[in-house]
Amino acid sequence: MCRVVDLRRAVLAKNDASAHDLRAHLAGRGTAVVNLLSSPGSGKTALLERELLRARERSVPVAALSADLATENDAARLARSGVPVKQVLTDGLCHLEAGMLAGHLDGWLPDGTRLLFVENVGNLVCPASYDLGETLRVTLASVTEGEDKPLKYPTAFGLAHLVVVTKTDIAQAVEFDEDAFRANVEQVNPGVEVILTSARRGRGVGALLDRALAAADGAPVHEPVMARSHPHHGHTHAQPEAADAMAHTHP
Amino acid sequence: MHEMSVALAVVDQVAEAAGRAGDVTAVRSVRLQVGELAGVVPDALAFCFELVCAGTVLEGAELVTEAVPGRARCTPCAHEWAVGMPPRLTCPVCDGTGTELLAGRELQIVDVHWVDGGSPPAPAREPIPEER
Repeated sequence: MCRVVDLRRAVLAKNDASAHDLRAHLAGRGTAVVNLLSSPGSGKTALLERELLRARERSVPVAALSADLATENDAARLARSGVPVKQVLTDGLCHLEAGMLAGHLDGWLPDGTRLLFVENVGNLVCPASYDLGETLRVTLASVTEGEDKPLKYPTAFGLAHLVVVTKTDIAQAVEFDEDAFRANVEQVNPGVEVILTSARRGRGVGALLDRALAAADGAPVHEPVMARSHPHHGHTHAQPEAADAMAHTHP
Repeated sequence: MHEMSVALAVVDQVAEAAGRAGDVTAVRSVRLQVGELAGVVPDALAFCFELVCAGTVLEGAELVTEAVPGRARCTPCAHEWAVGMPPRLTCPVCDGTGTELLAGRELQIVDVHWVDGGSPPAPAREPIPEER
């Protein structure tokens, strides 16, 4: 017979549950994850190289995992900092998921790692939907990408705990309008901090590390409006069981 | 395009629920709520859903998506508004930032219409003497 069965399940409930487990597991090991999201070519790797060097200078045990569709170029660059680095090739998949990340960390993540920087696949659409068990989610945009980037990719910027502008050394040449960019960020994510950086000139280098360490130490992290009070998605783990009990039949 | 991953997650969950129910022979339709701010394109999802269903108990099932508009409420001034796209999450009346998102992030399976081998439920009324 035909039945309509109420499921009432978040589509990404499995990823959310994996992320929740990974966050708890890593917290037990004293590690916090920083999830870095941006479009390709925004300068994630260049900034991260500098932040990893800074962490090493300050004797903060960090590690980095870089996800790309192909090539190990980013890991080779990041490894120059001397910290443990792993390259993950997604074979065409446009984002990382929590279960995949957990699998890649298994047997690799060194004990005593305080911060694990995850350089997500360069993409501002898909990675935004997947919680990786991170403590800090950072969305980056370079000055060349246009001030309206936060409006074009509202979930990526709207769910960020921190927004980082990169390549400010060429801001003048490309006539980057900082006020307009900040206003657009504020529209989709009121109250989020925006920091300005130039990996080439050293501007703002260390700020990301500071924010990540503060978050790892339990300092309150910005709570985006988009991440608040959505009952069926995100960090909730309600898994209604007993579908039969809720089934109603159609004659 | 992560709609393929989303479609897989939908099909996995429905197939799992059908497996638990035990005697489901076919799934006719799956109803999904997709919020305006969920970051999912319904047309792309429908395309992927059809591909992912092939060879499963969901083969041929229809995906019914219900769009949920984004709505927000200003905590200080109590104004409510449709956030639009791109969303405006600061209050259009008082410019406040103490915003609560009421709806728009949904990405949820609501219900599933399936066929099983179960018998109809027993009549709710007491049988009349002739039926005994």
